[in-house]
Amino acid sequence: MSARLNQSLGRALVSGARPYILAVIVILALLPLLNLAVPPSSPFYLPDFAIKLIGKWLCFAILALAIDLVWGYVGILSLGHGAFFALGGYAMGMYLMRAIGDRGHYKNPLLPDFMVFLNWKELPWYWHGFDNFLFALLMVLLIPGLLAFVFGWLAFRSRITGVYLSIITQAMTFALMLAFFRNDMGFGGNNGLTDFKDILGFNLHTDGTRAGLYWASLAMLIATFLLCRWVVGSKLGRVLTAVRDAESRVRFLGYSVTNYKLFAFVLSAMIAGVAGALYVPQVGIINPSEFSPAASIEAVIWVAVGGRGSLVGAILGAFAVNGAKSWLTSYAPELWLFILGGIFVAVTLFLPRGIVGLFGQKSDGPRISKPSLANLSKMLGTVPPAPKEQRP
Amino acid sequence: MNKPSQPVLYLDDVTVSFDGFKALNGLSFVVEPGELRTIIGPNGAGKTTMMDVITGKTRPDKGTAFFKGVHDLTKLDEETIANLGIGRKFQRPTVFDNHTVSENLELALKADRRAFRTLFARIGAAQNERIEAVMEQIGLAERARDLAGSLSHGQRQWLEIGMLLMQDPELLLVDEPVAGMTDHETEQTAALLKQIAGARSVVVVEHDMEFVRALATKVTVLHEGSVLSEGTVDHVQNDPKVIEVYLGR
Repeated sequence: MSARLNQSLGRALVSGARPYILAVIVILALLPLLNLAVPPSSPFYLPDFAIKLIGKWLCFAILALAIDLVWGYVGILSLGHGAFFALGGYAMGMYLMRAIGDRGHYKNPLLPDFMVFLNWKELPWYWHGFDNFLFALLMVLLIPGLLAFVFGWLAFRSRITGVYLSIITQAMTFALMLAFFRNDMGFGGNNGLTDFKDILGFNLHTDGTRAGLYWASLAMLIATFLLCRWVVGSKLGRVLTAVRDAESRVRFLGYSVTNYKLFAFVLSAMIAGVAGALYVPQVGIINPSEFSPAASIEAVIWVAVGGRGSLVGAILGAFAVNGAKSWLTSYAPELWLFILGGIFVAVTLFLPRGIVGLFGQKSDGPRISKPSLANLSKMLGTVPPAPKEQRP
Repeated sequence: MNKPSQPVLYLDDVTVSFDGFKALNGLSFVVEPGELRTIIGPNGAGKTTMMDVITGKTRPDKGTAFFKGVHDLTKLDEETIANLGIGRKFQRPTVFDNHTVSENLELALKADRRAFRTLFARIGAAQNERIEAVMEQIGLAERARDLAGSLSHGQRQWLEIGMLLMQDPELLLVDEPVAGMTDHETEQTAALLKQIAGARSVVVVEHDMEFVRALATKVTVLHEGSVLSEGTVDHVQNDPKVIEVYLGR
């Protein structure tokens, strides 16, 4: 009886939260007007950097949704989602580089500046097509999706789970970082891709384009949220959470666990790619540091803080941690990493359901009541999902 | 090929060893359609390993296992075997704690198991009726909307049996269904399993002799990975070999 009560209470709280969510969306949508329509002398004026900053957070929130989809709902703790984000970013960056045309430093109509600098004579084959925006968008989805498919197929088919999977996702993003650092790769090496001029003919350095990208990010965040909510609310979503809670039971029911994990992993990677593609034109650069293992781990912390297994929680966590980061790094930049680590430990021990857990929102995450060190291994997914059959 | 006389399950000379220890040693036995069979045996007799072989979890070193005379179970994986019509209940009840009772049954429901079909799946009226009917049968209709995690141990066992029924299998493997149950629950479980058998074959592995007696079926006694004795409860209980290795201890 108590479970039923809790559930209806949770549902009431969620529907009670709906007006607030809508209010936040409206406020977020109106923010750029404070930059565009309000004179700089007004106290209500929002400076350019603030729009850029919140636009970035919107992209991070999309990445957080992607991670929550696989970690919170399927129990796959990917510590390499930054790689999919970065690949989406590079695909967009390649379009933006091609869009510079002959306005670069070396005035070469075809080759980006860094290739002229490296004395390259012709465009590498994999740069062809990226002058077309739609082709670039397709690649934003396809490249992270393909990598996730190949990686996931190998890992899930071999039934690699828990920390082992997490470690190889770290290795994946680390390997990609090293590869992209090399000049021979043809992606600008160390410096990455930068000095972008315009997107679809709109100058990237105007307030209007900045606001446009901000709105595109907000719209994509809402669309991604609705997509994820539909997926986790479907029967497939219930199979996914069942895989998280008792993988071998799902197998004995006749579901192909490999295929279901692959579906979620590939979808998640594509979402992460879209987030990266929206991020790059706003920050104006993409370089191999986006592949760094630490970046991926940080993104996982957003989800842990917000509330694993709750879509609203993932978004909230991305905003809360990045908000704290922006604020704290202006006061004590050298302390940030310690504070971030501290937040993660504190959330794991005392707030296993994250911020949303505080509001009693129904989270689909594993129910963990007592604060204990066991929570850490539970969150890391190291607890065997199903009881092992006893050997005679 | 699939004549009605064909046994549902036919194990022949199945051997499985772990690091030299023979968990199954030339095990052979047959389950007929609609039969309810009880398997008993001391710890280490190979009961769980036998179920692992039948469900594709463990590959035997030697021997064959045929389902309905045509499917060689030693060459198929868990998903395929489950979809052929073999359902398995684990020793410890394994249900989805974060799903409600009816959601647990919905997931077990016989339906297209492919990911994209499942994404767009809707529960029809007929399927809802089936879920309701099974909830009645396992006595959990009152708890339909409660999370499985809130059920008692015995109720979880029944829910898992219910999930097997939703799969509509031809063969049910039930591993120690009454472990940790009260006497009353044990009686109800025996009645439930007897009710299920007939339309399908049921293989029950159990320690509890009271329960085995209540089922009143043909009993197979395993010992050190092979069949020691087979017959009625009274027959095996009076078999001197059985008394020596199992009941006599």
